[in-house]
Amino acid sequence: MNVFAIIGRVVLSTLAEIGALSRFTWNAVSHVVRPPFFWRLIAQQMLRIGYFSLPVVALTAFFTGGALALQIYYGGNTLNSESIVATIVALGITRELGPVLGGLMVAGRVSAAIAAELGTMRVTEQIDALTTLSTNPYKYLVVPRVVAAVLTLPALVFIADIIGIMGGFVVGTQSLDFNPGVYIKNTADFLKYDDVMSGLIKAGVFGFIIAVMGCFHGFNSKGGAQGVGRATTNAVVTASILILAANYVMTSLLFAN
Amino acid sequence: MSEAKIELRNVCKRFGKKVVLDGINLTVPKGESLVVIGGSGTGKSVMIKCVLGIIRPDSGEILVDGKNVLKMDTGEREKTLRKFGMLFQGAALFDSLPVWENVAFGLIQGRKVPRKKAKDIAIEKLAKVGLGAEVGELYPAELSGGMQKRVGLARAIATEPEIIFFDEPTTGLDPIMADVINDLIVSSVKELGATTLSITHDMASVRKIADRVAMIYKGKIIWSGTRAEVDASGNEYVDQFIHGRAEGPIQMEVLKP
Repeated sequence: MNVFAIIGRVVLSTLAEIGALSRFTWNAVSHVVRPPFFWRLIAQQMLRIGYFSLPVVALTAFFTGGALALQIYYGGNTLNSESIVATIVALGITRELGPVLGGLMVAGRVSAAIAAELGTMRVTEQIDALTTLSTNPYKYLVVPRVVAAVLTLPALVFIADIIGIMGGFVVGTQSLDFNPGVYIKNTADFLKYDDVMSGLIKAGVFGFIIAVMGCFHGFNSKGGAQGVGRATTNAVVTASILILAANYVMTSLLFAN
Repeated sequence: MSEAKIELRNVCKRFGKKVVLDGINLTVPKGESLVVIGGSGTGKSVMIKCVLGIIRPDSGEILVDGKNVLKMDTGEREKTLRKFGMLFQGAALFDSLPVWENVAFGLIQGRKVPRKKAKDIAIEKLAKVGLGAEVGELYPAELSGGMQKRVGLARAIATEPEIIFFDEPTTGLDPIMADVINDLIVSSVKELGATTLSITHDMASVRKIADRVAMIYKGKIIWSGTRAEVDASGNEYVDQFIHGRAEGPIQMEVLKP
């Protein structure tokens, strides 16, 4: 087969995908601000996306904070490790690891669930049925999920920050014999409002990515059970990659000065 | 013939290289029941989805009450959609909602009827299709195929639409249940005085619910007439279809062993 034909086909299908995604995102965003609003559904989705993700995110944060403390202790200068461990754990968790790992865990849980649910609704014509019942599927299905994810992800990450720092604290005081009072003082002294805030802004963006990717792939799934499976996989993979890419871009913007 | 409720003029639609609708011309007079017959993959479903605006045709005009729906803005279009009800092939009930809320969906979301009042109406509509109030509390997954179809019918007539579409209303049902559904369709449509457009390949259903019949083949309407004329159409395509013969002008794309 002609190599150029293959390259051309790949480029064209990628461009078509990007175009479709942009249009979908624009539709979703434009419906966020236009009534009617489905408050009941937003609340329901906040519960599903936020509350039920708590255990996963909390465990992730705790173990990450603990492992981070150990790594810094083993790798660093043991003389002033007591202050360094506390500081780096606090900064590392709030700026990067809290939002990124929290985002990735929620992407695995929530993007997949959204894509599977909407994908099944698509192949069983439930999304078409919404249209015939004079309900806009974007408003009814997409907007509540996007709004809920954007609102709850920062809250989740804020909790993850606290638990992650606690993980470092527990490991530091229990197995590294740090003084608890000094650890807390060091954390409080070095941690600034901006550190936490930058992480929460990132979390909001990740929430948007997670919901939009789940909805986009679910909405466009076709071909029965196999298609829904493919949509689910694609949702998780694209959400995860976009989260990591967006994280890099935001880090370079937020911490440029 | 009375005035046209729905009119399709030269509607074309292709997916990639595959031409699905190749210049459809079809008129559904007000208050009549038109049944479109045709084999699988002849474009029946796509045609209905074009009228509903779920799929956008490449060219042609679709008139509802004399107005071209393809030229309407979103608001006007949503208003037009309120005239429609549809029974989907797989019923397409929302499996996250109990049966009564499925039936009441168009009332609650589309017409802002209070939930309590909508529930009363839903139970009344369920009674019309022979289902008791206790069924309303069940979830769609707990119902048999025939019951799901009846709930789908109740949902389609709940908003008392002017136009109802039936997509293969009897497919997948046993002959007796199919006849029950046909009777329900006839009685509920008569009561509402609605205009209906159905697609089916079930001749028993055609003989029961049709005022007029049209046959679609390769994306074109190749014959139309009244129900009585079907058996003496003099059209060999129609003859082959209604008698279900493998031999004739319609060649299935099946490789002979």
